[in-house]
Amino acid sequence: MQVVLAFLIGGLFTIAIYLLLRRAIARVILGLALLTNATNLLIFTVGGLTRATPPLIPEGQTRPGGPFADPMPQSLILTAIVIGFGVLAFTMVLAFRTNQIVVADDIDRMRATDALVPIETAELAEPYDEEVESHPDDPVVVGEPERVG
Amino acid sequence: MSNLLILPIVVPFFTAALALLLRDQRRAQRVLALVGAAGIFVTGAVLVAVVARGGPLVLEAGGWPAPFGIVLVADLLSAILVTLTGGVGLAAVAFSLATIDSRREGFGYYPLLLILLMGVSGAFLTGDIFNLYVWFEVLLIASFVLLALGSERAQMEGALKYVAMNLIASMLFLVAVGLLYAEVGTLTMADLARVLPQAENPGLMTAIAAMFMVAFGIKAAVVPLHFWLPAAYHTPPPVVSAVFAGLLTKVGVYALLRLFTLVFVGDIGYTHTIVLVASGVTMIIGVLGALAQSEMRRILSFLIVSHIGFAVMGLGLYTPAGLSGAVFYIVEDMIVLTALFLITGIIYQVVPDDDLRNLGGFYAAAPLFGVLFLLPALSLAGVPPLSGFFAKLALLRASIEAGQYGIVATALCTSVLTLLAVTRIWSEVFWKPNPRGTTLTVPRLSAQSVPLWLPVMVLAGLVVVLGLAVGPAFRLASAAGLQLYDPSAYMSAVLGVER
Repeated sequence: MQVVLAFLIGGLFTIAIYLLLRRAIARVILGLALLTNATNLLIFTVGGLTRATPPLIPEGQTRPGGPFADPMPQSLILTAIVIGFGVLAFTMVLAFRTNQIVVADDIDRMRATDALVPIETAELAEPYDEEVESHPDDPVVVGEPERVG
Repeated sequence: MSNLLILPIVVPFFTAALALLLRDQRRAQRVLALVGAAGIFVTGAVLVAVVARGGPLVLEAGGWPAPFGIVLVADLLSAILVTLTGGVGLAAVAFSLATIDSRREGFGYYPLLLILLMGVSGAFLTGDIFNLYVWFEVLLIASFVLLALGSERAQMEGALKYVAMNLIASMLFLVAVGLLYAEVGTLTMADLARVLPQAENPGLMTAIAAMFMVAFGIKAAVVPLHFWLPAAYHTPPPVVSAVFAGLLTKVGVYALLRLFTLVFVGDIGYTHTIVLVASGVTMIIGVLGALAQSEMRRILSFLIVSHIGFAVMGLGLYTPAGLSGAVFYIVEDMIVLTALFLITGIIYQVVPDDDLRNLGGFYAAAPLFGVLFLLPALSLAGVPPLSGFFAKLALLRASIEAGQYGIVATALCTSVLTLLAVTRIWSEVFWKPNPRGTTLTVPRLSAQSVPLWLPVMVLAGLVVVLGLAVGPAFRLASAAGLQLYDPSAYMSAVLGVER
């Protein structure tokens, strides 16, 4: 079971990092969501998997009998899930507002705060037109002639 | 007495909750914000006094003893930083009274500021590594909203980058916490310090330490993990920038200092060498970035990055003198950077522009304002007799003692270049005649403009006072540095609490 989960976690991290490296904001947010879940799953797995033995103390005793699941990773994950959920909700609203204001879903169009020379706002704010430009996440077709200008 | 430790968290929490309930009453909100920040400052100062006399204080939350429950711990470093959090908070709240528009106030600006202060205090006080993650998230979510509040174009762009980068750092932090727990089965920092030397797998420990280093490196904006900071810090209102500059990156540095003096000291030759090299690179790249910029707050944002390098350098040396220097430097940096960003706020009140080319003539309009700028600016560059000089002197002496001459040269070059960067602001904004040819009307000091001037005056005054009375101040910092270097007092306070 641990091996299966290890591969699953590795896969989730891979996809998350791939998505985080994309230019489209929506994909970055999906990447963050996957990253959160991969992390939670990782804590769950490394905490040790025990089958069907909840950490409950029988009545009249002071310690649970036999092997029991460590409650600590579970409480960590519970906290992390709540925090991750809240932060993700905020990030989605932020991306939504950003999209309304900047009129772009492309990190490359959000370089006004990084650029040395002030960029004309008009240049950045021109609406995104899928008809004219190919989507940044479109796969590059091999052999396609390069656009000039 | 140990119940005192909960106050820097509870006071801002309750004032924030009350302020949120009284959303429509601006006056009540303002008073509550002042009370909350003052509460942190006063309890912080009391903590410093108590800890300096009686050693680290420990509070077991819920009465659970140390390795099982969450503890709050105040050693000297934590207590000093909590005091400064209150001080920076107080200055920011006062400055906000004069500069924050009513729309932002209506959307809960003051409660957010208080929650941010609560998160910062909590991060400084906690003795549990997972709890540290929680406090980081508390302060982050408050800072996210503060950064985006107002919805200006630049703010949204900056906020998005800031949020994404910080969330990645948080996840890395959490992964490292999970792995650490799986390996040693405890999350209390003092207990970790006890069990880690006997860990079965020292290689894995170093790997986990590296993950923590990257996570906190992002949060502290250590080069090459700094790119989010200059993209975001200049976008919100100047007073928000001032709070961020004074507090947020310092929390990252504090976390580095705490973990890499208490917990991860198993492989110093590896981890602390990386820290030392990164600190040198941070200094140089940061200050070169500052020289390339032409907007005031962008220059200062890069200078934040550059001067994070100095604070981290003390950790990289890992000697008592180096750590003492780092503590003094963090204190000095918090004061100076807050003051400088608040000064950009005053300039912004007169001319709503950040660009050096469009500013000028402030010295002719208000000569004393020019002096007020020069005090923290020259302190940042390390000109005697201001406090920044002594902070740098301490670090340089420590690195010469440790035989690290490369970092000495780097630090000296950085200081000269910092001087160049701040004198550029001086000559463009203050000395040069106003390019628009109009005379500026800088607000005079009056009963009405006290909230605008007083925070800057007090902070600039502190820079001078800390420089002139460097003896007692540095003794306190040395004691804090010694506690970091030899954490036995910290550990026995946490693990051996009498019940």
